[in-house]
Amino acid sequence: MTQHVQVTLNGKPFQADVEDRLLLVHFIREVANLTGTHIGCDTTSCGACTVLVNGVPAKSCTLLAAQVDGAEIQTVEGLEQDGKLHPIQEGFYEEHGLQCGFCTPGMMLVGKALLEQNPNPTEAEVRHAISGNLCRCTGYVNIVKAIQYAGKKMSAPAPEPVEVK
Amino acid sequence: MIPPPFTYVAPQSLPEALSLLQQHGSDAKLMAGGQSLIPLMKFRLASPKYVIDLRKVPGLDTLEERDGHLVIGAMVREAAIEHSPLLQQRYTGLVEASEVVADPIVRNFATLGGNLAHADPANDHPAMMLALRAQIVAASLKGQRHISIDDFLVDTFETSLAPDEALVEIRIPHPPQHTGSAYIKLERKVGDYAIAAVGAQVTLHGQTCTHVGLGLTNVGPKAIRPTEAEQFLVGKQLDEQTIREAARLAGEAAEPTSDLRGPAEYKRGVVRTLTARALRLAAERAQKG
Repeated sequence: MTQHVQVTLNGKPFQADVEDRLLLVHFIREVANLTGTHIGCDTTSCGACTVLVNGVPAKSCTLLAAQVDGAEIQTVEGLEQDGKLHPIQEGFYEEHGLQCGFCTPGMMLVGKALLEQNPNPTEAEVRHAISGNLCRCTGYVNIVKAIQYAGKKMSAPAPEPVEVK
Repeated sequence: MIPPPFTYVAPQSLPEALSLLQQHGSDAKLMAGGQSLIPLMKFRLASPKYVIDLRKVPGLDTLEERDGHLVIGAMVREAAIEHSPLLQQRYTGLVEASEVVADPIVRNFATLGGNLAHADPANDHPAMMLALRAQIVAASLKGQRHISIDDFLVDTFETSLAPDEALVEIRIPHPPQHTGSAYIKLERKVGDYAIAAVGAQVTLHGQTCTHVGLGLTNVGPKAIRPTEAEQFLVGKQLDEQTIREAARLAGEAAEPTSDLRGPAEYKRGVVRTLTARALRLAAERAQKG
């Protein structure tokens, strides 16, 4: 049996006929060909496959593609806009929030979802939010800083427009 | 890992879901958030021919107080329980159990209903539901029935639901005045099952315990109600000596096995310690409530 799955993927409509048993992570990587979403443990433990489903972090190895029919999906590829890094990406760059980079897409999406609820999280709040994501480089200190950096950047008032005389 | 082939259906109404369930019986599995079922299928521990996803069925996301009960629909997510202001005050133990289920990402999809219907003795909610004396509302095409949580939990991965029945609601009696609850879990790391965990609800009249409920997680083939500990507590002042004796009785009621989370005797000790802590915390909350 196949299912017709229609989603909004990083802001654009995307649809395909897929096997009923297809997991969301394979739908994203192999059908939509977006390989920024990683497969780590494949057992709901590591969070490398985290994407946003209707704005909420989800482990895409533990959802069926059919289950998210009609949903809005965001992957790491959707963060950058018009060639400009998203503040969360900038935070990981500035604060050295990645080493090997394998966990980074999941960490950034969890960070983004957190900051939308709580623009100025404490270290404890960030650590709680990323507790379902593993970094095998153990670079958590800088990941926390990167997310906090993005929070500050996102909640800072827009720069005053320069007055032209 | 890829699940074995199955047919996915997402019915639009409860009667439609129930008629699919009646038609396919034990060949079908109901899915709420899928956070237990999908891993089971990936490991090929479950291979249903039909997966009936409840996500489009209206009316299963109720979370409200009604007719002397807190009513929780089968599709209410753990994250919704965790963040509900309604529940923080009066159902603290339930919130604390939701807070330690798997990890925050899983809790965005995992449901209380699924946690109970899956009937894994390592899951956190069955024991808390024993402590809160919850009822399960089961529906089939023949109608609805209410099942006490004690009768609902039969064995490891086994409930008293018939093959054509769906868990549609969980009902928790309103806690009377001066009641407090708590759930305390010892886990190796976020996302792991409990080494052991204890849920408790206590009602006080002055210093005297008038009602108590206890439940133990992951120390037996199913969540365990330590009946002797409960009986011992009723009518007594909750002083330290009484709490210690109840904790000892709860440890006796546990049936732990040795595994990678520790030897059986260690887990029995953990049950004693956590029972004492959960009782103290629940009593402290009862005094405030």
